[in-house]
Amino acid sequence: MIKAQNLTKTYGTATVLNIENLEIPKGQCFGLVGNNGAGKTTFFSLLLDLIQPTTGHIINNDVQVDSSEAWKPFTSAFIDESFLIGYLTPEEYFYFIGELRGQNKADVDALIHSFEDFFHGEILNQKKYLRDLSKGNQKKAGIVASFIGSPEVVILDEPFANLDPTTQIRLKGIIKNLAANQNTTVLVSSHDLSHVTEVCERIVVLDKGNLIKDIKTSAATLKELEIFFSGAEAPDAAVAVFEDEE
Amino acid sequence: MLKHFLSLQWKSFFRSASFKTNLALKILMGFFALYFIVAFLFMGVGAYYLIEKAEMGDPLQVVNKYMIYLFVLDLLIRYMIQKMPITNIKPLLYLPLKKGQVVHYSLGKTIASFFNWGYAFFFLPFSIVLLIEGYNPLGVVAWHFGIFALIYCSNFINVLVNNKDSVFYPVIAVFIALGACQYFGVFDITNYTAPFFNGLYNAPWMVALPWIAVVGLYFAAFNYFKKNMYLDAGLKGKQTVARTEDLSFLNRFGNTGTFLKNDIKLIKRNKRPKTAGLMSFLFLFYGLLFGSGAVEVYDGPIWQIFGGIFVSGGFLFTFGQFVPSWDSAYYQLMMSQNIKYRDYITSKWYLIVIATVISTVLASFYLFFGINAYLAVLVGAIYNIGVNSHLVLLGGAFIKMPIDLTSNKKAFGDKQAFNMKTMLLSLPKLVLPMLIFAAGYYFVNATTGYILVAAAGILGMAFRNIVFDKIEKIYKKEKYKTIHAYKQKA
Repeated sequence: MIKAQNLTKTYGTATVLNIENLEIPKGQCFGLVGNNGAGKTTFFSLLLDLIQPTTGHIINNDVQVDSSEAWKPFTSAFIDESFLIGYLTPEEYFYFIGELRGQNKADVDALIHSFEDFFHGEILNQKKYLRDLSKGNQKKAGIVASFIGSPEVVILDEPFANLDPTTQIRLKGIIKNLAANQNTTVLVSSHDLSHVTEVCERIVVLDKGNLIKDIKTSAATLKELEIFFSGAEAPDAAVAVFEDEE
Repeated sequence: MLKHFLSLQWKSFFRSASFKTNLALKILMGFFALYFIVAFLFMGVGAYYLIEKAEMGDPLQVVNKYMIYLFVLDLLIRYMIQKMPITNIKPLLYLPLKKGQVVHYSLGKTIASFFNWGYAFFFLPFSIVLLIEGYNPLGVVAWHFGIFALIYCSNFINVLVNNKDSVFYPVIAVFIALGACQYFGVFDITNYTAPFFNGLYNAPWMVALPWIAVVGLYFAAFNYFKKNMYLDAGLKGKQTVARTEDLSFLNRFGNTGTFLKNDIKLIKRNKRPKTAGLMSFLFLFYGLLFGSGAVEVYDGPIWQIFGGIFVSGGFLFTFGQFVPSWDSAYYQLMMSQNIKYRDYITSKWYLIVIATVISTVLASFYLFFGINAYLAVLVGAIYNIGVNSHLVLLGGAFIKMPIDLTSNKKAFGDKQAFNMKTMLLSLPKLVLPMLIFAAGYYFVNATTGYILVAAAGILGMAFRNIVFDKIEKIYKKEKYKTIHAYKQKA
C-alpha cells in the first residue's frame, strides 16, 4: 500500500529523516515510535505532501505522493489542531469534510452516530465552536473526522495524547477494528509504548531520522521497547543491560 | 522586578515574527511612519492658523468645541483595534509574582501604547503655537495636561468596557445621533461640553479633575483585573453560543458550494473577516469624493475610473487581497483533504465576483449623480471581475501571511502584506485601467474609454480558464513555502 524509497529530508546540514526502504502492506496497523525529533511527524508530513522530500519519494497505492494528488481521495489524517476549522461547530466540520469526501449528510450522520459512545456526550449538540472546545474534545472531533468517507489509509499523529482514559481505551478498540475488519491501513505514532504495542501489529522505531527497529508485535515487544528507550542513545548498551539481567 | 518585565517586553517586540521582515521593507515602513508624524506635526502647527484664517473664531475655542467628538472617535478606534493587555498574562500567573505586580505591569503596558502618545504629535505643536501666539502660559499648560489626562481616561475606559458590545454600541449610536442633531441645528451638545475644555484653560486648577479621573479609572481597572485574574473569568477568551446555519441552497454548486458555505461562515463568525466585510461596504461611498469637488485631483476624468474600481471592488481589495491567508489556521487540512486546487480557487473567485456584483447593485445610488458616474462604477466592476479578481488570487499566492481570524489587530495594514511582488501586482489593478481609459479618452472620447476598459475586463473573463491554469500552477509551486509560513504564528 505504502512504499518509501531512499526517503530523506534535510534542513541545511541536518538530516531529520533518512529511510532507505519501508513498505506498509494494506490493512496493516502500523505504529511509529521515537523520541522527540526522531522524525515521526516529518514522515507523516511527507506522506501528506505537506513538505517536500529532499531525495526519494513515497508511493501510496501506486500514486507518487509528491507529484500527483490522486492519493487524496483515499487518504485521511489528523495531525494536530491545524486540521480543525475553529469557527465551525463539530457537526458543521463533519459535514464539510463529508462533502469533500463525497458523502451526503445522511452518510455522515450515520457515521458520527456510531461514535456517540466515543464522544461521551461532549461533542455533539454543544452549541460550541470547535475553537471553544477543550484540547481533548478537539482531538476527538478531529480523529472521528478522519474516519469519514471510509478512507483506505488513516494517519493519526499522537492520537492518544490529551485523551481521557475511557476515550483512550475506546480509541484503541476503534483503531484495531479499522485495520482488522475494514482492511484500512492505519498509521499511528505515539509516545505511549503500551498503547502502540497493544494496538499495532507492527512497530517501527525511529531515532534521529533513522529506522532503528522494525518489530512484529508480540508479547515481548513492550519489554523490548522499554529497554531500548531507557538507553536509547546507545542501542548496543541497552542489549548489554538486557543480557546482564538474564 | 520591573527589569524582568521590561526585558520580556523588549524580547517579545524584537523577536516577533513580523519584525523580521527585510531591510527594504523596514525602511519603507520607516518612511510611512515619518510621513504620518510629519503630517500630524503640520496639522498641529497649521491647525491654529487655518482656523484663524477661516475666521471660525478663537482657535482654541474651536478646537475645544469639537473635542468631544475627537474623544468619541478615539474611543471607537481604540475599541476596534487596541489590543487588550490580558493576552500575555497567562504564563505569569503561576510564577512567584504578586498579582498586583502583574496587573500593574499589564496596565502599564497600555500607557505606553501608540494610541496614547501618538496624540502628542498633534497636541504638543498646537500648544507651542498657542504659547507663541500669546496665550496665557499657565492656562495652556493646564489645558495641555488636562487633555492628556483625558486621553488616558479614554485608554482605561476602553480597558474597562472591552468586549461589552451591549454597552459600547448604544453609546456610539447616541453620539452619532447627537452629531446629526448638531449638524441639522436641532440640538448642540458642544454647548455643554465646550465650557469644560475651555475651563481647563480659563481656570487652570480644573486640570485636577481629569487627573483625579485618570487615577480613579486606573484603580478601577486595576481592581477589575485583579478580581478577574482567573482562567475562567477575565482571562477567558470570549465564547459565543454557536449557531448552526443551513446554507444547503449552495449545494447546487458542488464542491465550489462547499467552500462557499464555509467562506460565508468564515466571514460571519470571525472578527477580522467581519471587519473586512464592513470596510468593503464603506468603499461603496468612496466614489462620493469623485466629481463632487471634495478632492480636487479626483475631478479629472481619468480618476473617475479609479473611483469606479474601488466602489465595486471594496470586497476584492479587503478580502480578496488575503486569499488564501484566511484559511491559514487550517491550511494543512485543506492541503491534505480531497480538494482540487481548481475548485478551491474557483470558489474564492465566485465569492469575489458575487460580492462585486452585489456592490455594483448597491452602488446604483450613483445614478443620482448622472449616468456617467454609474457608468464608471459599472465599467470598474467589469474590469474587477475580468482582470482584478485574477490578479488578486495571483497575488495571494505570494503574500503568505498567517491571519489570526479572531483578532482585529493588524487589520489595517500589516508589514508582511507589503512585499515587492504584491506591490507590482497592484499596479495593473489600478493603473492599467486608468491608462486604458486615458488612451480612449484622449484619442477619441470618454465613451470609447469606457468601452476599452470594459473590453479589457471581458477579455479577461474569456481567458479565465487559461489564467486559472497558471494560478493553479503557481499555488502548487508555492504550496510548501505557504504551509511553512502559515506555521509561524504571528
